[in-house]
Amino acid sequence: MATYSTNEFRNGLKIMLDGEPCNILDNEFVRPGKGQAFSRVKVQYLLTGRVVDKTFRSNESVEAADVMDTNMDYLYNDGEFWYFMDPVTFEQVSADAKAVGDNAKWMIEQDTCLVTLWDGNPIAVSPPNHVVLEVTDTDPGLKGDTSGSGGKPATLSTGAVVRVPLFVQIGDSIKVDTRNGTYVSRA
Amino acid sequence: MAEGTAPDWRPDASLQALKLRADILAEVRRFFSERQVLEVDTPLISRHTVTDRFMQSFAVPGFFSRQPASTGYLQTSPEFAMKRLLADGSGDIYQICKAFRRDESGSRHNPEFTMLEWYRVGFDHHELMDEVCDLLTTITGIRSRANWTYHEAFRHYLETDIGQATTADLQALANRELGDVPADMSRDDSLGLLFAEAIEPRLAPDVITCVHDFPASQAALARINPDNPEVACRFEVFAGGMELANGFHELTDPREQAARFEADNRSREASGQPVITPDNRLLAALEAGLPDCAGVALGLDRLIMLAASAGRIDQVLAFGAGRA
Repeated sequence: MATYSTNEFRNGLKIMLDGEPCNILDNEFVRPGKGQAFSRVKVQYLLTGRVVDKTFRSNESVEAADVMDTNMDYLYNDGEFWYFMDPVTFEQVSADAKAVGDNAKWMIEQDTCLVTLWDGNPIAVSPPNHVVLEVTDTDPGLKGDTSGSGGKPATLSTGAVVRVPLFVQIGDSIKVDTRNGTYVSRA
Repeated sequence: MAEGTAPDWRPDASLQALKLRADILAEVRRFFSERQVLEVDTPLISRHTVTDRFMQSFAVPGFFSRQPASTGYLQTSPEFAMKRLLADGSGDIYQICKAFRRDESGSRHNPEFTMLEWYRVGFDHHELMDEVCDLLTTITGIRSRANWTYHEAFRHYLETDIGQATTADLQALANRELGDVPADMSRDDSLGLLFAEAIEPRLAPDVITCVHDFPASQAALARINPDNPEVACRFEVFAGGMELANGFHELTDPREQAARFEADNRSREASGQPVITPDNRLLAALEAGLPDCAGVALGLDRLIMLAASAGRIDQVLAFGAGRA
């Protein structure tokens, strides 16, 4: 079992706490006067997303988490699982709704996604920063109307709803930033 | 982060920060020269090192000869050698030198750092605290000053009477203030962690804060207050949200010093750490007679950080540990 000593802690290191893989977001060495030294860290539990302040005694050992981020091609969804393939080894993994979460609405077959694997199983999936999707529903809107800056809602082929400018019409393809769910341009 | 972008042959500190560093060093030397304090220079590597339970020195095997037993130690502070000078009649002395501590690395720690240490014969810790404040005012321009005893600081900032609080109370307070902390901490672990992480951040950054009368259990090399055996004649000085200096009305009793070395080694042994041979030359010097004096160690890199408004120690080091 691999372990890390607190003096190997750095941001982004993956460790096991309470049986759950965690990511170190922030790490600070603290020595009060001449006493026991500590490592104060901010960790994010990767399965639940909750962020916790945690203090370790200096030189304490903590189990390493076998967590890796890897680029994989999204293949398809069978109603329960999302299937991804490693483009080099052709190995396939299936991610459940918990791992995919809200990102399900950005999943486009053949896109390359960043899949976070814990002991080989997906626990998080990040779509590309930008995706191109077709508008399946939106109000026709008035051509040339520039008074409203807020635009209008549009439903995309994956079910995602984004605000778009009034000139966007059903059947248009648009580019969306998946990190904040905003319209970028017509594609 | 910025470190990731600049090529790593280049310095961490800006040229401007290095110039400020040089100016401050010159100003510190002028400060002591005007007060007739003698600058000294003692070995960075010695045959002996500190016994402190929570401090690890770097060993340099074979430094003095090819014999395996001739290990030297990079000094964690020049304290022992400077006390030998004092015992020999040097009078007031100061030193600016590198000090080395294993496993100390962070935004305010570098394993190799620059220390300013000085001793004043005939001073007690209160007189030396005043002089530390004078130096800080000279370098940083900060004039406001606050004084707390360790006990008062806990009462004021954490509404806790540490005289009454049990070990379990302090553990619970640490959990409440700081989130998830190690279980079953000792009383001093909890006090130290709370002081560093719950009180220090609350100290006004533009005020020089002196904290004195540490618990006797944290005396280190300070004498115990003869009128109150529960407190040690030890102080720390803070500014800019950082601990800058740690000083003592020095312990001069050789028997008490030998007993503290032994106590340190007992707790080292109990926690599975190597036992350190006590520095018999320091003990012999105390036996010959260390004059009544107060001494203080000040982290010069941190003082420069404060003057430069730097958030990380690397920003005032030509090359931090990452680029050394």
